[in-house]
Amino acid sequence: MDAVRTPSLDAVRAALAHLSDPEIPVVSLAELGILRDVRMGEDGVAEVVITPTYSGCPAMGQIEDDIRAALDGAGLAARVRTQLSPAWTTDWMTAEAREKLHAYGIAPPNGRAAHASDKVVSFARRAATQPVPCPRCGSTHTTETSPFGSTACKALYRCLDCLEPFDLFKPY
Amino acid sequence: MSHAPVDYLLHLADNALVLGQRNAEWCGHGPILEEDLALANHALDHLGQARLLYQHAATLINADAAMAKRFAHLQGARADGAVTEDTLAYFRTTHEFRNFTLLELPHHGPLAGPARADRDFATTTVRNVLYAALMNLWWERLQTSADAQLAGIATKSLKEVRYHLRHAGDWLIRLGDGTDDSHARAQAALNHLMPHTQEFWIGDEAESAAVANGTGVVLAELKPAWDALLDEVLAEATLKRPNESGYVTQGRCGVHSEHMGFLLAEMQSLAREHPQAVW
Repeated sequence: MDAVRTPSLDAVRAALAHLSDPEIPVVSLAELGILRDVRMGEDGVAEVVITPTYSGCPAMGQIEDDIRAALDGAGLAARVRTQLSPAWTTDWMTAEAREKLHAYGIAPPNGRAAHASDKVVSFARRAATQPVPCPRCGSTHTTETSPFGSTACKALYRCLDCLEPFDLFKPY
Repeated sequence: MSHAPVDYLLHLADNALVLGQRNAEWCGHGPILEEDLALANHALDHLGQARLLYQHAATLINADAAMAKRFAHLQGARADGAVTEDTLAYFRTTHEFRNFTLLELPHHGPLAGPARADRDFATTTVRNVLYAALMNLWWERLQTSADAQLAGIATKSLKEVRYHLRHAGDWLIRLGDGTDDSHARAQAALNHLMPHTQEFWIGDEAESAAVANGTGVVLAELKPAWDALLDEVLAEATLKRPNESGYVTQGRCGVHSEHMGFLLAEMQSLAREHPQAVW
């Protein structure tokens, strides 16, 4: 019996490098923090570890399919594992990814995500959070149109100077 | 390694699924476009939480012969006879669901089961506040559950319900501290729904079993913190907190209101008509 060809982890990483979230094509899965790890499983089979952004994110099924297709296409044997903990946070997003989002017209997350130690929720009038600069003109004179946007991870904003409507990737 | 009791996981999953189904009824009918999107997003979060919990429960059921036998009567199983998330969501009947009765009620005040009425946004908002406040506290505690998978789901879900509570709380303040009409409707919705929250604190066998093996939480212990959260938002909304007395509902034990069958009929009919359908 032939030994199962064990791909190198670098080969697996290279095969996945071009994959992106179908809703945000400008950043890779690794830059977004969805692709958490490529490692060797205890049984010698390579494992691709992914984590969902929001638990109901409809893109996750597509992303998993894309990963399998890329691995199959490159003739690599590896399994895909979904891992929930630690929970995904926008704090993992790399500086390059934030720059790419900005260039694409999506304002990157403003400030860090809420942490477990923060007060649960404040209903009183909230102090202004970190400003959200318009990705088109850079003005911080912007306003939230809706806390929920086209996808679970984004909010709708509007620039009051250049009037551009734009998406904010919510700090989460 | 400890696992949460299957019935405990189903309770959590059914809560998320049933409220998700109710809130999804607003899709395409929201009072404004932005709120339509927000409610659809909330519903999607709840659906995602329910899926993770059902998958975990299904894995435990399939690995335990006695459990597998208990669920063997359900249709919609895979060809190999194993239970899946879809079996649990689409092929159980009313009395097998363990969600709080509060979550299955229509978006309206007291109503007979088959009656139809316009959705009342104040009812939707009040219910989302009552439930999200509970889940903020409950998921927070479940992060340290002895069931590692449940702890992972809790960490993920906590981030989501924090958004839900803030959003629903903001709306309740806007309605309560708004016009005379919006204030009156918010207060009426609160008066109608508040007695149903008594069910949060009564406990059941699944909760006791989960507490005993370190995977669950005594919900009654969370009540002071829940009271404080609620009082804070009600004060800001200038609403009066009604009494929580009267009949104690028992949806978590499978005793549901007359609305539950109608909700399930709408949610399950497609899957039951086409049990092998894939989408």
